[in-house]
Parts: sequence; structure tokens; C-alpha cells
Amino acid sequence: MLTVSGVHTFYGAIEALKGVDIEIGEGEIVSLIGANGAGKSTLLMTICGNPRARAGRIIFDGEDITHLPTHQLVRRGIAQSPEGRRIFPRMSVLENLQMGAIASPPKGFDRDLEEVFTLFPRLKERINQRAGTMSGGEQQMLAIGRALMSQPRLLLLDEPSLGLAPLVVKQIFQAIKDINRERKMTVFMVEQNAYHALKLAHRGYVMVTGRVTMSGTGAELLSNPEVRAAYLEGGH
Amino acid sequence: MTTISASTPAARPVDWPAILREAALTAFVALLLTVPLVGLRSVDQPTGLGLDTRFDQVAAVTLLVFLGRLGLGLIREGRALVVLVLSLLAAAAGFFIELPSEELRVLLIAGGAVLAIRAALTLVTNRSTLSQAERDKRMDRVAAKVQHASRWLAPIGILFAVAFPMMPFADRQLIDIGILLLTYIMLGWGLNIVVGLAGLLDLGYVAFYAVGAYSYALLAHYFGFSFWLCLPLAGLLAAFSGVLLGFPVLRLRGDYFAIVTLGFGEIIRIVLINWYDFTGGPNGISGIPRPTFFGIADFSRNGADGLPSFAEMFGLEFSTVHRIIFLYYLILVLALLVSLFTLRVRKLAIGRAWEALREDDIACASLGINRTNMKLAAFAIAAMFGGFAGSFFATRQGFISPESFTFIESAIILAIVVLGGMGSQLGVVVATFLVIGLPEFFRELEQYRMVAFGLGMVLIMLWRPRGLLAHRDPTILLHGRAKGTQTGSTQAAGGTAP
Repeated sequence: MLTVSGVHTFYGAIEALKGVDIEIGEGEIVSLIGANGAGKSTLLMTICGNPRARAGRIIFDGEDITHLPTHQLVRRGIAQSPEGRRIFPRMSVLENLQMGAIASPPKGFDRDLEEVFTLFPRLKERINQRAGTMSGGEQQMLAIGRALMSQPRLLLLDEPSLGLAPLVVKQIFQAIKDINRERKMTVFMVEQNAYHALKLAHRGYVMVTGRVTMSGTGAELLSNPEVRAAYLEGGH
Repeated sequence: MTTISASTPAARPVDWPAILREAALTAFVALLLTVPLVGLRSVDQPTGLGLDTRFDQVAAVTLLVFLGRLGLGLIREGRALVVLVLSLLAAAAGFFIELPSEELRVLLIAGGAVLAIRAALTLVTNRSTLSQAERDKRMDRVAAKVQHASRWLAPIGILFAVAFPMMPFADRQLIDIGILLLTYIMLGWGLNIVVGLAGLLDLGYVAFYAVGAYSYALLAHYFGFSFWLCLPLAGLLAAFSGVLLGFPVLRLRGDYFAIVTLGFGEIIRIVLINWYDFTGGPNGISGIPRPTFFGIADFSRNGADGLPSFAEMFGLEFSTVHRIIFLYYLILVLALLVSLFTLRVRKLAIGRAWEALREDDIACASLGINRTNMKLAAFAIAAMFGGFAGSFFATRQGFISPESFTFIESAIILAIVVLGGMGSQLGVVVATFLVIGLPEFFRELEQYRMVAFGLGMVLIMLWRPRGLLAHRDPTILLHGRAKGTQTGSTQAAGGTAP
């Protein structure tokens, strides 16, 4: 569904991605794990077109999207929940969800809204609350819900567990699992929380300083001694 | 010193050293400020410029500040009753005792009164202090209430505005002030689209005002176009200049954006000054034609340009006020047009996108909003309204020059928007009355105008840093379902992410 091949991305003169290849198949959950500064978020943002890849190609559904501006991706079925959630704090929950649907045809809005509320009942309770006054977990739910409102086929998530309590993290990951299973949504997720991310994922990639060093199914990577040592047992 | 316990049940001992230290520090700051400002004064002497010293006043001011701060400290320590009595005494003393200058007297009375109010409030609410957050919340609640009241306040206000010229007390001068206020309200509402909705800090809004004014003046001057033809043309030209400026500028953000708009405002003004052959340079353009009554009648005594006189046509006695009343209604309609547009657009996808841009423009891109186009649209539309206001200004004055389009105008319009609370329509009206209306009504006190302006700004920054009416109601749904939006709007305002 999405193929990233040989992508190089630079911040000024610094090469953040040094030739990355990733393949995401239809209906999969793919997790990308790695330490701080490995280039995980950069890869996600490069897929979204900001910053642009200097070399390499990104293909979505057979179309080259390497040079598309960010705002055109939504129309092609790619939704992203950016790092740090980035909900609209002064708008209500409902308005935030509406913003998610702004670029898609109004048909199906009610159904999508209902689906998001089934997925996150908490959001329905807070439908008229200012988004900025909600807890971090609720804001993350809103960020994911907002991304789902654009009827995407591929969902990109940047650190959905960032700064959340363990219990809330569990809920969020359960929701991602449900989205994938029930709506057949393809999910590509960047995570620091390697254990949860790999447990959930069908396949995973490990990234170290701008390169993908390992890949395999989630279970394979979880049992890989190197991965365990580096990301699961705190032995950096 | 008697120790009457005022508000706290158990009388704590007063922490005198702390209060005295605080009062002394404040007095010292006051001393530093007043020595150059009050203590020294240059006077004309036969031999040249001499210095006059007024250190008695400096001492008096410092003492008053010391006592005032002491009073505030005592209120905080729960001795509000004492302070109330003493401050009332001080205010009374200001009335009856001879003081070295009139200003000191005012200071004493006003200071005493403010202190008395503070003390009385403390006694009534039985709270020595409100924390900043609590006070903010309270003010927000009041602002939210006012905002809600706008549902019935706005129609009443509009009705009053419509009826105003017919009222017996409305003389020529008052209607003139009304026109001025409405012009600034319109400009405020126009700029509100860019600053309040889209969140782009535009320091050069006056440029579009100038483009509108000069468009009309020049089109009328060179081609003899009428006002009614020029009004839409001026709007279009202003919108076009907005797009022209917008294209290179909108990729910038925050401060950089503000600086470039500031520069654009100056460029327009300087071009107007220096393009002497075309614009008349600093001499401006005079003899700009006044508007006709929709092209069917003229407001002069005997009619002009083949048009009959307005008074004759309607069988009225000729009066010069007719034209002014007509101008008043014209700007009223124009201003309401802007307001109506803003109210409508907030409920459409484009208005929602603007508000989202203000909140977080990276998130906007990720949701599929074309940021550049949205910003450009906001810029062009606001510029168009500025252009309308500009051509109205030209036709009202009959004379324009670059003098009218200086940076201070931009600053005033921006101040109106920011003081009113960004994005609030009612706030713009309130702020216009404060910023433009008050100085007009108190013209005698003109020399204190900037002092009052500064004082107002400081007070707003302290009490309402996000503007007088900075409450934002959720808009009605994008797809027409109004489920549950009512309850949401009752929530207290001011929620920002922790």
C-alpha cells in the first residue's frame, strides 16, 4: 500500500534519514521503533511531505506522493495524528472532530462520528468541552478520532503513547487494534514504547540513526535479543 | 494603632516589617519615576531655558504612594476596616485641605477612593485576596455572560444605531462622532477577520484603507466615476493589493509576518507621498465628490450634475444635516455588512478553517487544509472591507492625504481588536467606544489622552490579558446538526491546554 524506498531527508546539512526502505501492506499494523533522535518522526513527516525527501521515492497506491504538499494527502486517504497531538485547544471536541472531516465529502459524517464515539465513548461524554481542558489521554483519543474523521485508508500515528499513564496507553493501543481489526484500516505507527508497539504490530522496523537496522514480525522482534537489550530492558 | 480584626476570624499579628518594606520599595520606584517627570520642569526665562524644581510635589507623591501601598498591604493582612476608614478620610481630606497642586488633589481623592473600594470589596466578599487565576475566571464568566447577552444586546444596539439620527439630542456633532465610531468599528471588524479569526498579526491594515480611499479619489479625479461605481472597485483593488502582499508574505510566521505587514503599510504611504504627479503627494487630493442619493438625487441646495436636490425631491426643508445622516446610514450598512459576513463565515468551512489556523497551523495541514489559500482568502477579504471603509472615508472627508494613513492608525485599529478580545464582534464595538469614543467626548482633556490610553492598556494587560470579551462560543455544526451546542457554550471560558 505504501512503499518508501531509498529516502534521504536532510535538515539543512544534517542527514536525518540515510536511505530508508519501508513497506506497509494493506490491512497491516506496522510499528517503527527506535531511540530518541533515530529519525522515526522524521520518516513520518517525510511521508507527509514536510520536510521533503531529497532523494528516494514514496509510493502510495501506485502513485508517487514524494512531492505532494501535505494538505493533498488527506484527499488520497492518508490521515495523520501528528506528534504532540496538536488538537485545537479552544475548540470543542465536536468542532475538533468536524475539522477532521473538513476535507472530505460531508456524506458519511454522521456515521463516522458515531464510529469515533463507539471507539472512544469518553469523547461523546465530553462532546461540548473545550478540547484544551481535557486530560492528555482524552486529547490523544481526540487526535486519533479527528484523524479517523477524514475516512482514511492509511492512518499514521506519531507517538500515540507520549506522556500518558500506563493504563491510558493500554486503552489507546486497544483502540488502535480495534480500528485495524474492525475497519480494516492500515496503521503505521511510530513509537518509543517498544513493548506495546511491537506486541500490537503485525510487523515492525527498528531504526537507528537514520537507518532501518532490523525488521520482522512483531513477535520476532520482541523476542530478538538485540531488540530486548536495546529497547525493552533499558540497557542502552 | 488600633487593631480591629476586619475579615479574618482570628486576628493574625500584622507582619509590619514585610509590609513596610514593600511600601518603601514601591515608594522608591515612584520616587525614581517622579523626580524627572514631576520634580524637574523646564521654564522659559529671559536668559534662556531654565530648570524649575518641584521637589515638594515629589515628596508628596512619594508619601502618597507609600501610604497607598501600605493600605493594600494592610487589606491583605486582614485589616480592611481600618484601611476603609483611613482611605475615606484621605479622600475627604483631598476635598477640603489646600494642597500644593491640583494634580496632587486629584491623586489623593482618586487614590483614596480606589483604596476604599478595594477595602470595601474585601469586607463584603470576606476574602482578603483573590488569586490571579480566580480573578481571571470570574472576569471570564462575566465576559461569557456579556457575550451571551449579545444575542439580545446586538439587535437592541442595531436598533439604537438605526434610530440614533432621529433622536432629539442627536445634533450634527454627535452624528459626526457616530460616523467616526462606525468607521472604526467597521475597520475593527474587518481586521478582526485576519487577526481574530485567522490569527495573523497584521500591523499594516491601514494600507488597505489607504488603497480604498485613493482608489475612489483617483478614479473620481481622473475618470469622474461616481461613488457608487467606485465603492465596489475600491474594494476589489484593495482585495487585489491584499493578494499581492499576501503571496510573498504568507509563508512567514509570527513576528516576521507582522514586521513585513508593517513595512507594507509604510510602503503604500511613502509611495503616495512621493508619486507627486499621480497622487498629489503630500498635498493630497481635494474636491473628492460627495456621494449622491443612490444616483437619483444630490445633497446640495439646488442639485448638481443634472440631479435634483434631495430636499426638493422628498419635499423637505433643505438642511446640510441630510448629507451627514445619509453618510451615517451608509457606514452603518457597510459595517453591518462586515459583521454579518463574519457571523456567517464562522459557520462555514472556511471560517472554521481560519479559526483552526489560529489555533494550530501544522495540525491544519495534516487535516488537508491548504494553509496558503486560506490565509490569502482571509487577507483579501479583510483588505476588501478595509477598501470599502477607505472609499467611504474619502467621500466623507472630501479631502485625503497620506497624513491620514500613518502607522498610528494601524496601531489604533489593532488595539481595538486586541482590547476587544480577538475574534469577538461585540468586543470590537466596546473597544471602539473606549479607544475612539472617550477621547472624542472629552476633547478638553486632550493633553492627557495618551496618558489615559497607556493607563488603559496597562490595566487591560493586568486584568484581561486576552481582551475584554475573549470568550469564544463553539459555532454551530458544519453539517447542519445542532445537537448539543447549547450546553457547550455555557462552560467557563479561558480553557487553554495545560
